[in-house]
Amino acid sequence: MKPGLQFDDAGRLRHLLTIEGLSRQTILEILDTAESFLSVGEREIKKVPLLRGKTVVNLFFESSTRTRTTFEIAAKRLSADVINLNVSVSSTSKGETLLDTIRNLEAMHTDLFVVRHAESGAAHMIARHLPAHAHIINAGDGRHAHPTQGLLDVFTIRRYKGEFNKLKVAIVGDILHSRVARSQIHALNALGVAELRVIAPKTLLPTAVEKLGVRPYTRMEEGLDGVDVIMMLRLQRERMQGALIPSEQEYFNLYGLTPEKLALTAKDAIVMHPGPMNRGLEIDSAVADGPQSVILPQVTYGIAVRMAVMALIMGGSAEPAGGRR
Amino acid sequence: MGLVIKGGHLIDPAHGVDGKKDLFVDDAGFVAGVGKAPAGFKAGKTIEARGRIVCPGLVDLRARLREPGLEHKATIESEVRAAVAAGITTLCCPPDTYPVIDTPAMAQMIQSRAWRFELAFIHPLGALTQGLEGKRLTDMEALDEAGCVGFTNALAPITDTLVLRRAMEYAATLDLTVFLHAEDPWLRNSGCVHEGESGTRLGLPGIPEAAETVAVARDLALIEQTGCRAHFCGLSSARAVAMLAEAQKQGLPVSADVTAHHLHLTEHDIGDFNTQCHVRPPLRGSQDRKGLRKALKTGVIGAICSDHQPHEPDAKLAPFAQSEPGISGLGTLLPLTLRLVDEKLLTLPEAIALLTHKPAEIIGVDTGHLGVGATADICLFDPEARWILTEDKLVSRGHNTPFQGQEFRGRITHTLIGGKLVFNLDSAN
Repeated sequence: MKPGLQFDDAGRLRHLLTIEGLSRQTILEILDTAESFLSVGEREIKKVPLLRGKTVVNLFFESSTRTRTTFEIAAKRLSADVINLNVSVSSTSKGETLLDTIRNLEAMHTDLFVVRHAESGAAHMIARHLPAHAHIINAGDGRHAHPTQGLLDVFTIRRYKGEFNKLKVAIVGDILHSRVARSQIHALNALGVAELRVIAPKTLLPTAVEKLGVRPYTRMEEGLDGVDVIMMLRLQRERMQGALIPSEQEYFNLYGLTPEKLALTAKDAIVMHPGPMNRGLEIDSAVADGPQSVILPQVTYGIAVRMAVMALIMGGSAEPAGGRR
Repeated sequence: MGLVIKGGHLIDPAHGVDGKKDLFVDDAGFVAGVGKAPAGFKAGKTIEARGRIVCPGLVDLRARLREPGLEHKATIESEVRAAVAAGITTLCCPPDTYPVIDTPAMAQMIQSRAWRFELAFIHPLGALTQGLEGKRLTDMEALDEAGCVGFTNALAPITDTLVLRRAMEYAATLDLTVFLHAEDPWLRNSGCVHEGESGTRLGLPGIPEAAETVAVARDLALIEQTGCRAHFCGLSSARAVAMLAEAQKQGLPVSADVTAHHLHLTEHDIGDFNTQCHVRPPLRGSQDRKGLRKALKTGVIGAICSDHQPHEPDAKLAPFAQSEPGISGLGTLLPLTLRLVDEKLLTLPEAIALLTHKPAEIIGVDTGHLGVGATADICLFDPEARWILTEDKLVSRGHNTPFQGQEFRGRITHTLIGGKLVFNLDSAN
């Protein structure tokens, strides 16, 4: 294992590929920087000149609306020039390899790549072949990692719950296929939550999941007991085809978050979801739109967190100095 | 005029030879004497072997040469050169070439192309079913006549158990050996790594151990039913070798090999998506590696092979699951086996036996030993030479190996085929 891949020789974050390997201190630095960016979105002129003259390419090999949009807004608020490329319908369909696509964009002097790809490890592979001046942020690779999502989730938790060390957290749903879950697990463990649980049927729990530092549960009633934070995951509707679950109805009955199941958690528990939600499949609308839901604030915070990550890896400094003028 | 290999330490496990002995080769390329010259022997040439181990040329049960069909990866010529530079004088190539080795013409073509270079001997494995499609049997008798030493469907699964049963029965009729890759295609699904800790961490789809054990159980039941002689290729899990040991105890005619890399690497060597560790079957856990090593020691596994799969660089320059599986393994077959001697798992003669006469017996070819009258396929190595595997030391066209940069002890210095010197490290450098 090379812990160095996302750090430069001075130990500063150069790329963001995964939360695994980030120290508590680095994560807190990102969260603190994001706090200072939150106000930018509330101003009349929502821009700071931190990345003026830099070129950011949003390279999405997998379709996405929310993540791509929030990255785009984040980069624009930092005054960068942003290009959006939906590669699933351009080069790869002409047989160009992933590395060729990257090399061509690199030849256009791109400063930052924001990459989403359907294959685990795609961002690592690109990072190994980038020249020294270019940076990459992993916007989701296969089932492996979605680090900015993990960061915005812990940012949200900190805003609502404060200290991490007393919190019991449960992640519910398709852990097996979820890059979001893996990133949440690394972030929450680095920040030292009191207890971290994952809840899913055995078909959606990866082998040896406990080695990631979580306690697995197969029954919602047991897993939700007394938790302070519930992080729901999206269930892809095509999972029925792989014989992973029998039907949407049975999944909702067993693992859907309803007001009744929510009543088992701590009284002031918060409910999170990375979106897009399947109402009536993994979450009941009464919960999604209820008073304990923080699902929309997650989206708002996502912009500030992505601004913080871009500023940190490209500026190298935790203080968004240009933003204070 | 003959040849004498003088002053070396001769190890010939098939004949229990392990000591300082000169080796005499006649001018027809056969071993003429061991220890002392036969009457009237005249040495025209001498190879000075002091400080060297002299042993039979190595026999590799599985090496893909990529020709015909994938010449952008490697060719027969490039890979037989790599073989002799690694001390390998006999190798078997699986039938999954393009076109498939399912006709006598294909089997003969590969052997005659190889023989043009007068380097290593190539023994093809014939396809068990036409086009490896798992539907119709091949002309096994004709393929056997054409030089195929065994029959296999390679990595293409035979999902129809009735076809597999018939193939085994037919092979048993002709007293032929069936080579099996034990992998249940449904349980493997789209997996690319061991289903375990690393795969979970990296979010890579896993291949469960049961993909191997389910297939081994099925195959063993059919072997018992049909009486077919069978060989399992590259077992990867401790449970599968335990099942094999049990079957051998009951007297079933089954053997197995293991790849050199599965004896050294585990799922954890994948680190952060090192595609050089993408192999099939996958690298499994440390308990599995332990089980494979134990089976080697107890004789349940009878051979170590390279499972050589040379690739062009681009094949590994992709996200892990999309990279092509396989290691370019000829050059590390002996060094990795000698590491097992350093690690005190095997004695040097045991290690050499697993690379010479034991695999030769599995394919029923009279090689891998140096008795008087045997073909003089010989390799010499310096057991103390320490060297680092760098790019320039890779003779194979495929440079895809996770062992690059590692230090090894023991290095091939000479290789002879039929008494003719085909590799000499001094002149290669």
